[in-house]
Order: sequence, then structure tokens, then C-alpha cells
Amino acid sequence: MTMKLEVDPIACTGHGLCADLLPELIQLDEWGYPMLPGSVPPGLMSHARRAVSACPALALRLARTSADHAPAGRGRR
Amino acid sequence: MGSASQGASGSVRAGTARLTAGWHLAGRAATLREHVERYGPLPRGIGRGRHGLVEQVAAAGLTGRGGAGFPTGTKMHAVASRRGPTVVVANGMESEPASEKDQALLARAPHLVLDGVGLAADAVGAAEAHLCLARTREWLIEGVLAAVAERHRAGLDRIQVMVHELPHHYVSSEETSLVHWLNGGEAKPTNAPRPFERGVRRRPTLIDNVETLAHVALIARYGASWFRQAGLAGASGTMLTTVSGAVAQPGVYEIEAGTRVGDVLAMAGANANSDAVLIGGYFGTWHDISAVEALPFAITGLRPAGGSPGAGVLYVLPPGACGLAEAARILRYLAGQGAQQCGPCIFGLPAIADDMAQLAAGRPEGDPLDRMHRRFAQISGRGACRHPDGAVRMARSAVAAFAADARAHGRRLPCLAGHRGNQRTAVLPVPRPWAEGDWR
Amino acid sequence: MLAASSGPSPLWYATRATGVVALVLLTLTVAFGVAGTARYSSASLPRVVRSGLHRNISLLAVAFVAVHVVTTVLDPYAAIGLTSAVIPFSSPYRPFWLSLGTIAFDLLLAVVVTSLLRSRLSYRIWHGVHWLGYACWPVALWHGLGTGTDSKLSWLLLLDALCVLVVAAAVAVRLTLARPGARAVGLAATGMFMLATVVFVIIGPLQPGWSRRAGTPAAPASAAALRAKPDGSAIGVSRGTVRPPVRGQEARHGLS
Repeated sequence: MTMKLEVDPIACTGHGLCADLLPELIQLDEWGYPMLPGSVPPGLMSHARRAVSACPALALRLARTSADHAPAGRGRR
Repeated sequence: MGSASQGASGSVRAGTARLTAGWHLAGRAATLREHVERYGPLPRGIGRGRHGLVEQVAAAGLTGRGGAGFPTGTKMHAVASRRGPTVVVANGMESEPASEKDQALLARAPHLVLDGVGLAADAVGAAEAHLCLARTREWLIEGVLAAVAERHRAGLDRIQVMVHELPHHYVSSEETSLVHWLNGGEAKPTNAPRPFERGVRRRPTLIDNVETLAHVALIARYGASWFRQAGLAGASGTMLTTVSGAVAQPGVYEIEAGTRVGDVLAMAGANANSDAVLIGGYFGTWHDISAVEALPFAITGLRPAGGSPGAGVLYVLPPGACGLAEAARILRYLAGQGAQQCGPCIFGLPAIADDMAQLAAGRPEGDPLDRMHRRFAQISGRGACRHPDGAVRMARSAVAAFAADARAHGRRLPCLAGHRGNQRTAVLPVPRPWAEGDWR
Repeated sequence: MLAASSGPSPLWYATRATGVVALVLLTLTVAFGVAGTARYSSASLPRVVRSGLHRNISLLAVAFVAVHVVTTVLDPYAAIGLTSAVIPFSSPYRPFWLSLGTIAFDLLLAVVVTSLLRSRLSYRIWHGVHWLGYACWPVALWHGLGTGTDSKLSWLLLLDALCVLVVAAAVAVRLTLARPGARAVGLAATGMFMLATVVFVIIGPLQPGWSRRAGTPAAPASAAALRAKPDGSAIGVSRGTVRPPVRGQEARHGLS
């Protein structure tokens, strides 16, 4: 079961802490908003979790990518 | 178009003038009595759930006429199969500037739409029904309210349809915008769960375009196989289209779904010298007419060309107009119409609007084409709604369809239209932003 | 006869010291927090470091305030009870000025608790409480000026002034990013607050007799008076009710 990073585009205000904490996976576009990869490799999971809790707007979250993934709504953090 | 003496329901059953039957006879909204004479009485005994109307609609292959083209039967089933009371919302907002079909339908045949709302409400077990209209169209609202009152006096409907007047922004017609507004918020898209799961007052909500509901009203009367009698190239039923631009008779036409694009344009008397057409709406795609005229005007038919009927819009670019300039104006309009909620849209759309404007004016700074292509990838799919995606789709298609002009402008040379001196004439109707800042 | 010159207990000093340190920490917390709203970052202060400092210094501030409260409550001199730590206007010692501290402490607790539980709360609640938390710093500052017995000391006044300047500077930088209307309001509010603080210090703590005006009880707390050690001497500090304190003695003991 792999996890992926998702961002709530309305909550995100481009603080950019996620890109600081997870530069391997998250790049900022030219306006400072995060561009997220598909999935998070297991080795980077702890960094991903740190990035999720560091977001000042609580806009970042981790979600399952496997087939039994429930429809996207308010995900668990 | 059949005549009244034939027994209008006969002509409706036979030809393609189904929704538009009798529009030109009276030139105004059909009264309840005329409506019943034309189509027959409102069917009764519609039960909730799969067996019955929902099944009929699914078998008819009716797809949403609001732009997304989602199978209506599937949507109705999704709502009907949930527990508890549900809600039906009819979307009559039509915030697409190049589209007039919903306004025409509500103005000429409001009872078709209201029938559809009531029938859908029965089929999904709804306890409440809403019809959302754009606040700026007072003339339309009056007419619809009159029709609702007529039905109330006749005791026709199980539940009274509540007519609402919403702010008239481009993104306010999105499904989640309607739900958000009906729940007391602003008419802006949200990333809430899909309405069919949880919508108005947290209840499963069926949201359909008013034209879709009008078709439902006829399917309930005449059945799925009747519906399929019209339609070509695998598409089913009829659809309303708005044809405008360089055409002799612009307006709303009812055509069989899957009619060849060229035939639709000919119906409206398109200028034979025009080269380009905008299909779908301001969030649609530009095409060379020669590349699409043989294709069916349907979702599957236009897919090979990278297009879609969208809200049933065809805009023919006048010969001698600069497609890039028109696309730049549309893009500027779309950039200002976002809900201002998501960064990539707030910043990205004005950025590509600037790039496109530079290109269209033949005054590029750096390489706007290259910048635009980079930005297209950064903007699409990163908002809470599909508004930025639609703007990017339109922009991308413009750059592709008018590639020669783009190259010329990029080298600070005028395009063909510029050579003819027409570059500054703006042709597409781009509305002025209405009541900026008012979303409630 | 009660011993009148044993002087303030170590607890009293601890209260004042931890109070001062807490104010400095709060000042830094606010500065880093405001820098966050201004999206300030640099090579030497990356975003996560800035946000981490804000968080950790605030927790340190809570620790110091907690000690400050505990030493205050334990100190029998002013008989400030535990309830005064969270309920305003319940202390016999300078009730108004102490209550400012109570209020600041309540706000700080609210901010910290909601922040620790952030992932379980709605963003709006967390954000709203955090906004209210802005009030914590000025209230704490005035609490210190009004309640504190060191307010006349020049080095402390200097430290207070430095704290005000740090916060004012951070707010000013943030306001450069604001809309002109909001900027004007913000700058005006900041200026007025600084002016009000200066005026207050001049007409309040720096004036003779401030201690009485601030509500320091004339008699020692009855609890302290009644609590006597077996050999007859008083426990902790007690000031004699026999005669009013002499100016020189006040200064030596740091009691104004």
C-alpha cells in the first residue's frame, strides 16, 4: 500500500515549508505553490509526515493510492 | 417543425424538434395548457430507484447537457440508491457567454424543465427541489416564476420548486458552487465531496442542467427507445446548440446528437470563407473548420480532434479576424473570472493571459510561446475546480490552431488578419465582469 | 512581634525573574510568528527554521510562565492563590494588573493547546484562537509594567523598550505587505500602542506611590500574618503593620 501526497488547493497559500522539508519530491512552481509527485517512496515517508505536520495552513495530507482508496474528500491527516 | 393542427405531440414524436417544438409558433413561453397539448400530461406513479425512470434514462443513453456529458442515468442511480431524503437541483445558470440554449429553453418551454425537475425528484426520492438562475437575468426569472405559479395553481407538482437567483460569475455555475451557495456560502467551487454523496444540507444531491431535465421529461413520456430514434453515429437523442459568430442565422438550434459539424454550421449559414471555429464554449477548443466539419458533433465524435461539444457551443471565427487576438481576449476574461481561491489559478491564468496578449499584439517579450507551454503544465489540474483546466485547454488549442499566426506574431510580423488590417477588431462577446466581489 | 526585615523570599525573586524571561521569550515568539505571516525567509533563516523557532520558543515561554505562576502562588507574601492564575480579578494583590497576567496566561494556554491539537481541530478555530493570541503579548507587557515591582529599574525599562521595538519592527515589516488601507490602520494602531505604553509608564510605575495606586494591599496578607513558625517568628516575608514602609527600605528590597 503506497501513499501519496495531496494538497488542498484552496487551503494552500504557498508558504513553501513542504518544499523545504521534502525537496526530493516537492518543487514549487514559479508562483510558490507546491507541485506534488505521484507517490511517496517508503524511505521518504518520515520526511513526508514531517512536511504534512509543518504546513502552516494544514493543506498537505497523505492519502492511500491503492485500489481500495476511498473517494477523495476530507482526508485524514 | 410540425404545425399545431397535426396534434403537436405527433410532430414531437416524429421529428428532431422535440424540445423546440412550437417555439416559433407563439414566440413566447408555452402556457401550461399548450405544454400539455403538445406533449401530453405529466406521467404519474414514478417510483424511487432503479426500476422505472432511472432505468429508462440510463437505457436512453442521455448524457448531461451542461458541458461535462456525464451519463444522466448513472448520476440519478447514484443519488437514488443512497439512504434518506435527497435533493434535486436544476442548473439554469448558463454562465458561458457563448451559450444561450438554457435561457432559450427556460424562456420558451419552462414547463418541460419543471416537469423534468419533478420527475427526477420522484425518481431519486427528493424532498426538495431547486432551480438556480443567474441573478442578472430578471426577465428570465420572472417568466420562470410565472410558470411555477401556474403549476402551483393547477396543483401539479408533489414538491414546489424553489427558484433561486445566484451571482452571475463564470465559475458560479459549477456544481459545487451551487451546493455551496444553497448551503449559505458563496457561489464559489469547493473541494467538498461530490454532490451526489453529500450536497445541499448534507443530503445526496442530483444536479442536472435544465436541458438534461427537459429530455428526462420526454423520456418519461415516450420511453428510451423513442429517445434513441434520434441521434447519429452512436450518440443518442437531440441536443440544443448555440451557433454564433460569422453565421447568417445565429441562434439556438435543436439537432440530432452526432450531426456532422459541417451540417450544423450550414444550418446556421456559416460564412464559407471562415477557417476556424471555437467548439464547446470559452473553455472549449479552437479548430480548423476543415479538420472537424466531417466529424459528429458529439463527445465520442469530436474526441479524435481533441474537442468536445461542451455546452453545445459553436462559434465561427469571421474570416479576417485574428484568432489569437480573440483567444487572448477570452483568456483575459477567464483569468478575471476565477474564484480567487487557488494559487496556480490566481497567478497562472493572468500570466498566460499576458503571454497570449503579447503574442496577439505582435509585441513579444522574450518567448511567450515557450513560457505559455511551460505554464500550461503548471496550471492544469492544480485548482479546486476545472476552471483553470478549461482556460488552459482553450489557450493550448488556440496556439495549435493558429500556429502560423503565432509564429508570425512571435517574429513581430502581423498575421494574415493583420495584413488585412483587421487585427484590432474584436468580435467575440466578452462580457464585462459583473458586480466584482459579490459572490453571495 | 513579627519580623519586618527578612526581605522578599527567593520565590518573589524567582517570580520576577521568570516573568522577565517569559516576556522576552514571548517577544521572540511574536516576532518569529509575525515574520511567518510576512513569509520572511533567508538563507540563514529557512522557513522551517523560522517556524520551528516560533513553536519551540513559545513552548519555552509557557514553561517559564508556568514557573512564574507557581512561584507566585507558593510565595506567601502577596497571598495570590492558584485561582488567580486562571481567573481574573480574584487576587488581593494589585488585582487589575495581576489580572492582565492572568488573561495573558489564559490566552497563551488557549493558543498552545489549540496548536498542539491542530490536526484534530478545524482550521478556522485554530486560526481564530491564534489571532486572539496576538493580544497576549501587549497584555503581558502591561501586566509586567503594572504588577512588576522592578518597573522603575532602568535596565528593565530598557529591556521592555527593546521588546516593544522588536515587536513593532516585525509588525512594520509585515505591514509593508498589507493593502494601503490596512497598512495605515496597522501602523496607526502600533504607534498608538507604543505611545500609550510610554505615557502609561511615565504616569504610572515611574511615579511615586504607584504601588498603592496599583492596588498593593497596605497590610500583609492575613494568611502570612497568621502563619507563624513554632518559635514565634513569621514564615516567609512579612511586613510590619506597625509603621508605613520607609522609602529607602522599599528601594533596597525592590518593593515600590
